[in-house]
Amino acid sequence: MTALSFEQVHQKLSARFGEAIGPVQPAKKDAFCTFAPPRLVEICRFLKTEPDLWFDFLEDLTATDHPKQNLIKVVYHFYSYRHRHIFVAKVEVNRQDAEVDSVEPVWKAANWMEREVFDLFGVRFKGHSDLRRVLLPDDWIGSPLRKDYSESGGYRDISNVRDNPLDLYLSMDRQLKAEQATPELAAEGKAPAAEGPPVKSGA
Amino acid sequence: MALDQLVMTKFGEGAGEEMILNMGPQHPSTHGVINFVVHADGEVMHKAVPQVGYLHRAIEKIGEIVTYPGFMPYTDRIDYLAAMFANEGYALAVEKLLGVEVPPPAQYLRAISCELNRIASHLISLGSMAMDIGAVTPFPYALRERESINDLLEALCGARLTYNYHRIGGVAFGMADDWAPLCRKWLDHFDRILDEWDRLISFNEIFIERLAGLAVIPLEMGIDYGLVGPNLRASGFEYDLRKAHPYGAYPDFNFKVPIGKAYAGAHRGGQVGDTFDRFYVRVLECRESVSIVRQALDKFPAGEFMAKVPRKIKPEAGEAQSRIESARGEMAYYVVSDGGERAYRVRARTGSFLAMGIIEELSKGLMIADLVALIASLDVVAPEIDR
Repeated sequence: MTALSFEQVHQKLSARFGEAIGPVQPAKKDAFCTFAPPRLVEICRFLKTEPDLWFDFLEDLTATDHPKQNLIKVVYHFYSYRHRHIFVAKVEVNRQDAEVDSVEPVWKAANWMEREVFDLFGVRFKGHSDLRRVLLPDDWIGSPLRKDYSESGGYRDISNVRDNPLDLYLSMDRQLKAEQATPELAAEGKAPAAEGPPVKSGA
Repeated sequence: MALDQLVMTKFGEGAGEEMILNMGPQHPSTHGVINFVVHADGEVMHKAVPQVGYLHRAIEKIGEIVTYPGFMPYTDRIDYLAAMFANEGYALAVEKLLGVEVPPPAQYLRAISCELNRIASHLISLGSMAMDIGAVTPFPYALRERESINDLLEALCGARLTYNYHRIGGVAFGMADDWAPLCRKWLDHFDRILDEWDRLISFNEIFIERLAGLAVIPLEMGIDYGLVGPNLRASGFEYDLRKAHPYGAYPDFNFKVPIGKAYAGAHRGGQVGDTFDRFYVRVLECRESVSIVRQALDKFPAGEFMAKVPRKIKPEAGEAQSRIESARGEMAYYVVSDGGERAYRVRARTGSFLAMGIIEELSKGLMIADLVALIASLDVVAPEIDR
């Protein structure tokens, strides 16, 4: 059991795959590097089976959305129970046509995590055995964790907007004030209508 | 031989007919709103496909909308049975981004609150597991003890379920002078309760026979599917983040990591990683947690319980991951900062979500009644799956 540092793992990978492994990003807290998308599964299989590396646990698989760079970065956290070291890699794909090879053949844990990224980010995983939405309904439109997502205003006639109870109180308040301003009208039960439309607050 | 194979060999391929049953989402023993589409032939399942998401509240999206400290109450809702861990994981991730050092008393209070919470969470898990397979009596016993823990935690932080106790840089409140004796008194009482619990249910012959050799998870399979925590340890793997990568105050404590050892006994068909191991590992973990709380109270250091943290929390751009050992195993927060007041991305990796992925594979050839025991033994909690 020898834990390797991030740089040592990176060196081993670069020696084997050359250009497909991006440089170590300046370590702001957690270091990471990029993998070339076409060789992802090959690299992952190497990570899992090479005795010195032995990343047998796919700890996390998620994504981040970067509309300004027009990129979605799929983030992989690998962990080795044998050597107790961790490695972080990212695969960058185009936002419009986001497609990455599935690592499900390497780690079964990727099945559900890739489904989640497909669900919330709209990244398709080529070679996935069962790519369905997992958290949202199958007929949901859009990928909520993308930065430019906006709610479509409801789902199957279930509105996502609620009346603000304050609106009612505000209109009652206006009614009362109007009555107080013109007591003789109020006595006859002919108070003028509250001014203006009800205030929509907090919408 | 698995039961469905038995049916096949006896009646030939394609014998019987497949029936599709919906179990849940409103079902008392699915542990929250989860739906299982059960493909069964009589009592024997061909497979059970979990459908989750009924409790999806987009907590990760909320993390991008609110400020760093403002997200803390939402983390409680990720796992309401063990909210302390969700608090701690998030606090650790942001502290890592900020480079804040947490003072020792705060670390001890975190360990104490988390271990008490672990006991509370395990009690629910153990009690409801017994109830799900027909032993109703132990559940109120478990709830009674959990009630005392809720009282203790309420005295510590003012809330009984969604604590919002840990802060970025420490904890919200220090410990009152009379809290430690109260806690010690309860721990002494709980030692006896654990013995009673073993007599009541863990060593009950019917209970053991029911769970021995059921839904065995081999270690390789568990790792491959990303199982964590007690579920993985029950498969005979001694790995605990508190030992492997100690965080907070855990290096100061002396405790064992219980693992599955076919506790049901070979003569009953018990195997390492069966449902009874998953049950009994949690009982043993409760004992270790009691010991950790005692040690923490004994060694409690003096000092501040909050580090100096800027009023406006704006970590510099970068990303950090924190990993903690929650009651449901490894919980990891991945926080990306772009230098602003709000996180660019918050991701919570939870044990229950991955545990759901293994059910479809494990359910093949099980009886429908055994599915209930399997779900209960994996200790899945719906909000933690859906977030």
